[in-house]
Amino acid sequence: MKTDELISLLARDAAPVKSSTLPRRLSALALAGGFAALVMMIPAIGFRPDLPGALADPSFWMKAVYTVGLSAAGFLLSERLSRPGGGSRPGWTIAAGCAAAIVALAIIQLATMPPAEVPAAIMGGSWDSCPWLIFALALPGLAATLRAMRGFAPTRTALAGAAAGLLAGGVSATVYGLHCDENAAAFVAVWYSLGIGMTAVAGAILGPRVLRW
Amino acid sequence: MLGAMAVYLRGFLARKIGRGAADLEDLVQESLLAIHLKRETYDTSQPFTAWAFAIARYKLIDWFRRNRIRRTEPIDEAAELFASEDSNEAATRHDLGKLVSILPEKQRTLLEDVKIAGLSHAEAARKAGMTEGAVKVSIHRSLQVLMRRARDEN
Repeated sequence: MKTDELISLLARDAAPVKSSTLPRRLSALALAGGFAALVMMIPAIGFRPDLPGALADPSFWMKAVYTVGLSAAGFLLSERLSRPGGGSRPGWTIAAGCAAAIVALAIIQLATMPPAEVPAAIMGGSWDSCPWLIFALALPGLAATLRAMRGFAPTRTALAGAAAGLLAGGVSATVYGLHCDENAAAFVAVWYSLGIGMTAVAGAILGPRVLRW
Repeated sequence: MLGAMAVYLRGFLARKIGRGAADLEDLVQESLLAIHLKRETYDTSQPFTAWAFAIARYKLIDWFRRNRIRRTEPIDEAAELFASEDSNEAATRHDLGKLVSILPEKQRTLLEDVKIAGLSHAEAARKAGMTEGAVKVSIHRSLQVLMRRARDEN
């Protein structure tokens, strides 16, 4: 086909599109991913038994702020990396800020408690299941986000996949926070981050394979 | 609009894969199609051409990957990669290095910039933040010191 013919063909089909489609789709999918995680979690492991009371506990909100912050960073990065060209600085800044804040908080807590309690604060009672559950709860959201991203135009596919993983992992960890009754910042800094990081790595591995367009 | 893009894209892609390449027009069409289909990913707050050329670049990389083509660099410079077998030259170089090392840091940098790296006096002056005249004087002095030292050693 001649290029000129292609051009006139495309021009005939050029219905206007909204440039806000992309963030709207991504945020809808993030919510859907969170809902899927909730649906998976409730019958399997349920909410933490002390949930209503825990809402008054600052450590509950510390976890929520950390995971929601990482979700926001993942959202910004996914949005930027789904579009060709352009930088992605704000997302990285938020992600680094969240990580720095939780690590600082963990260090302060560990430094002010008796040394004998430090190992228990880091390992908690569920260190061996927490990252895996976060990872598992993130999978529906990760799949949906990657699928939507393929319809967009990510040019750096591994990074875009990692961003999708950060978004899905952050959302999943936020939901998981409704089940998990660990209170120590050090626990969150290590095991929550590990679960979210595993999701991001899975996204980075899948990205180059599934995000071709 | 797409017609104007086609001209730019053809120029850009031709520079990358060669004007006569059989796939050039295919690649132009593929890029145009992608620009059309992915137009919702254009963020109106960003420069348009950066977005469009990022798409063309992506399609180009994809094409390289499909065709298993690696961009290669001319081999002219490669001679430097191979070890010299001229041990005489290596020895000279070693001695020269030792000799130069007696100079103060600043003088040595200037001398190396001009006599070894091949910068002009003006370039070396800008790099060191000095006037051109001062550079010339410094290098002249360095050479005098080195010649005196080399004579003494012999």
